[in-house]
Amino acid sequence: MCATCGCSGGTILEHHDHGHDHGHDHEHRETRTVTLEQAVLARNDALAELNRTWLAEHSILAVNLMSSPGAGKTTLLERTIRELGAELRVSVVEGDQETVLDADRIRATGAPAVQINTGAGCHLDAQMLAGGLRTLDPPEHSVVLIENVGNLVCPALFDLGEQARVVITSVTEGAEKPRKYPQMFRAADLVLLNKIDLLPYVDFDVADFLDGARRANPGVEVLQLSATTGEGIAGWYGWLRARLP
Amino acid sequence: MHEMAITQSVVEQICERMGDASVRRVCLEIGTLSGVVPDAVRFCFDLVAEGTTLEGASLEIVHTMGKARCRDCGAEFALADLLMLCACGSANRELLAGEELKIREVEVLA
Repeated sequence: MCATCGCSGGTILEHHDHGHDHGHDHEHRETRTVTLEQAVLARNDALAELNRTWLAEHSILAVNLMSSPGAGKTTLLERTIRELGAELRVSVVEGDQETVLDADRIRATGAPAVQINTGAGCHLDAQMLAGGLRTLDPPEHSVVLIENVGNLVCPALFDLGEQARVVITSVTEGAEKPRKYPQMFRAADLVLLNKIDLLPYVDFDVADFLDGARRANPGVEVLQLSATTGEGIAGWYGWLRARLP
Repeated sequence: MHEMAITQSVVEQICERMGDASVRRVCLEIGTLSGVVPDAVRFCFDLVAEGTTLEGASLEIVHTMGKARCRDCGAEFALADLLMLCACGSANRELLAGEELKIREVEVLA
């Protein structure tokens, strides 16, 4: 409320950036309040639903892979494509702020890949995935693996229309990741603990990591593997196969 | 920082809904467990609103506190963060509140 003239409720001061000493006239104009009760991400969520429907109609499994930079997403994709690419007809949507380096690595394995550069953006959104799918044009009964921008914060909020979300952490990052980024772990359908071949050389408490992950997301499935040596990788392949449409 | 994208989404949706009307106040509801930092939204708001019908509008943010129900013992409790356990020790809880991310209302010139 304006302390000087008492205007309030449905009336506000149009010109309010002066000292408000009433040394000159200012205009009081009527306002009305409109209730919207609308989700902030309604537009993204609607586009995500369109993606989900399109993917289902084409019997395509889309999996959103999220992690911090350097957790081994691209290495995991390379191995998965080499060993399973032909069977599952894998194609890849790569999200990075800049460069086409990751898409080049994927294409070198023989799988189709499209790179999305988000520029200043820190996450993929549903519109970007829609554009990526149009370019990629994946065949029916295939798998699209989406490598999100390396970031354990922002991607958690944006539904892409994927069927499943996988969060990858590596043992070189520290066991406290789920406690520091519970939002991301809460969003996960599967957690992969990568680089377990390095466990003898790093101070990483697996039990503490599992406890943190389950506090953020009770009952979440956690698989331990090494994308480099292949140890434990069969569990990941089994998980993917079980979700094929 | 995803708050820039979040704020853009807010401004775009209000512009779409309200047409040419000059928007003077925006009220958002942001839950404390939503993963969105209200101060960062405030920081972005004036920048994003510039040149739109929301330019110069005030921004009001209602914070909704986290609340959960334990699936094991049935107790309802305030959830300060996503790692908190129920007093019974269970992590198996259902979120009742705290994840809101909504445009509640706007005030426009009549």
